[in-house]
Amino acid sequence: MSALHIKKGSSKHSAYNLRPTFSDVQERHTLALLVENEPGVLARVIGLFSGRGYNIESLTVAEVDHTGHLSRITVVTTGTPQVIEQIKAQLGRIISVREVHDLTVEGPSVERELAILKVVSDGDKRVEALRLADIFRANVVDSTLESFVFEITGAPDKIDAFADLMRPLGLIEIARTGVAALLRGT
Amino acid sequence: MKREMTGAKMVVQALKDQGVDTVFGYPGGAVLPIYDEIFLQNDIRHILVRHEQGAVHAAEGYARSTGKPGVVLVTSGPGATNAVTGLTDALLDSIPLVVLTGQVPTFMIGSDAFQEADTVGITRPCTKHNWLVKETDKLAGTLHEAFHVATSGRPGPVLIDIPKDVQFATGTYSGPKPAASHYQPPVKGDMEEITELVAALETAKRPVFYTGGGVINSGPGASQLLRELVDATGIPVTSTLMGLGAYPASGENWLGMLGMHGLYEANMAMHDCDLLINIGARFDDRITGRIDAFSPKSLKAHIDIDPSSINKVIRVDIPIVGDVGHVLEDLLKVWKARGRKTNREALAKWQAKISEWRAINCLAYKPSEGTIKPQYALQRLEELTKGHDRYICTEVGQHQMWAAQFLGFEDPNRWMTSGGLGTMGYGFPASIGVQMAHPDALVINVAGEASWLMNMQELGTAAQYRLPVKQFILNNERLGMVRQWQELLHGERYSHSWSEALPDFVKLAEAFGAKGIICKDPKDLDDAIMEMINHDGPVVFDCLVEKHENCFPMIPSGKPHNEMLLGEAETKDAIQAGGAVLV
Ligand SMILES: Cc1ncc(C[n+]2csc(CCOP(=O)(O)OP(=O)(O)O)c2C)c(N)n1
Ligand SMILES: [Mg+2]
Repeated sequence: MSALHIKKGSSKHSAYNLRPTFSDVQERHTLALLVENEPGVLARVIGLFSGRGYNIESLTVAEVDHTGHLSRITVVTTGTPQVIEQIKAQLGRIISVREVHDLTVEGPSVERELAILKVVSDGDKRVEALRLADIFRANVVDSTLESFVFEITGAPDKIDAFADLMRPLGLIEIARTGVAALLRGT
Repeated sequence: MKREMTGAKMVVQALKDQGVDTVFGYPGGAVLPIYDEIFLQNDIRHILVRHEQGAVHAAEGYARSTGKPGVVLVTSGPGATNAVTGLTDALLDSIPLVVLTGQVPTFMIGSDAFQEADTVGITRPCTKHNWLVKETDKLAGTLHEAFHVATSGRPGPVLIDIPKDVQFATGTYSGPKPAASHYQPPVKGDMEEITELVAALETAKRPVFYTGGGVINSGPGASQLLRELVDATGIPVTSTLMGLGAYPASGENWLGMLGMHGLYEANMAMHDCDLLINIGARFDDRITGRIDAFSPKSLKAHIDIDPSSINKVIRVDIPIVGDVGHVLEDLLKVWKARGRKTNREALAKWQAKISEWRAINCLAYKPSEGTIKPQYALQRLEELTKGHDRYICTEVGQHQMWAAQFLGFEDPNRWMTSGGLGTMGYGFPASIGVQMAHPDALVINVAGEASWLMNMQELGTAAQYRLPVKQFILNNERLGMVRQWQELLHGERYSHSWSEALPDFVKLAEAFGAKGIICKDPKDLDDAIMEMINHDGPVVFDCLVEKHENCFPMIPSGKPHNEMLLGEAETKDAIQAGGAVLV
């Protein structure tokens, strides 16, 4: 026995009993960044993801502090735990990034997305679309005799579900904002 | 103190306030106002290079050999794009640079104006940070911030793009205020982790220090602390290519360089150790070889100022984020306070084991009476220049690896080489930058003929400023490192790895007013090297060496450390299909 306390991740055996590599389970994380709102800051963040081969599932950005000129970027990404740690560390290296929060770790958090959907149909389908919109608490923000434009907010899953239901009912166009997220509680 | 002045004048004023004495650059339309201000003063020397890539590498040489940031001034468009290789090189090797580029006037940006390029866009991924300054009032603050960012935390190159109208316009200048910056990376390591490392170090049976460029970047104090720690504990120390000189090559506990062309004893120690202490290195693929077989028996600690380096490729057990100098200071304090303990008995056995590995003499090569072996040339160079105030640069290839193996570095900041990017053409301009910073020193660029030709135009710069840089070219008339890989991996099909139509290097030197020396007989080598050293001016030394020599030891791609090739006999079929896709 080595006098050393060998933690998980180190193997005491020979090279041929290979050291376990990092876990390859894919995880989905929601990251919130506070960045200086200056030209190019979004390109820095996106360039990091594309340059290093990370995934972006969703990305939203808007200035949240008009006096301090700070924007909040919410990124939803997937990767192995090691890749997620790398993404956070790499984001932290960008000079214009002031704060990096992993809401999935720091959580629980609320996630909301807004979508607007155009549904073109008539007869029963039109009635059914309206009925489902009511169940999902979607609002009608525009209508003609042949169409509705619905507005819906909720977690991405809820929007996916609503869009799936609308598809056979005449969904022809959808626009989604991407996720905005905040930690729950104080 | 606030003053009104033009943007161009602010540039020069800010450089002075930042203590800059030398700028490497090349003029053009978009930087003429700044060149005008340079003309009107005498505090800052401007070195006119012959190509902007040369300016950036020269600034890297200056920075690496002084610990101060290197400064570059180039024009818009092609001036900026020519700087890109140097920026990438500096980013990968963490070299602090401040690069100033001219830009077309703000009102023309986006119009595809003459010599317009999206410089901040192009250089965003190859700088630590960059700025486009659109208002003269913001210029002074940005210039000072640029120096702060380049030199704080993990150092790196930054770039400021300055449109010509911003240079002409007047604004308010104020001096440096580093405390005002939001960028304040922590330098102190976590005491709990440091204590955990001390505890591991006290009991370890086969510990090894694996040091890197971070020790050099942390400043001479860090190298001093490393020496104290190594010598007080008796723990053997190896280093990456970038870290050579942090611990002296003549030191008792020195294992030599590790990695792909590292020493047998260093790689074996890495493979068999039970405690691996990474200080300012980054588990680069040249070092680790096969990841899942890397140092399989060890507890791993990693000291690095950049949190993204930790757990990037190798999972570590004791991560310590902080500046090497600060962490080593705390580490030594804790270790001393706990009674300066080590596992003496086990360490003695470990050192004995290492001596056995050392006795294999992995750098041995077949000597020759008729031709100059490249290794022999470097041994003679080492012998004849050892006592000098010496700085060594290199190009990239076999000669670079041999230089790392056969030259000994006693101090930090004496070794300038392109590690991360492996940029052929780095060494010559870098040697110019080093010589500018150390006018009386002996500055030698150990070169390959192919690399050297990539930036040979800088002979004009060396001649103009009478910089006595010595270009020691190990001329094998081959892209030697490429040839070696083709021999080992591609069935000896030497596709385009010849250096055809080489110039007569002596005549080439003379054409620029420099001295040329040619040597092909081992018997003449010492005299020729002495002639090079004693000549007061730039020298191009064409050393004709054995053409088919391979660089050993070598860890073939895809292999673990303990499957190193030591010489020609072992190379057949050494690299399997899986390894061949690696670079
Ligand atoms: C700019 C650039 N292009 C290509 C390479 C790939 N490369 C690595 S070593 C090498 C050959 C270098 O030849 P030489 O300078 O003569 O050195 P030698 O290996 O013969 O000592 C090449 C082409 C590189 N490292 N850099
Ligand atoms: Mg060559």
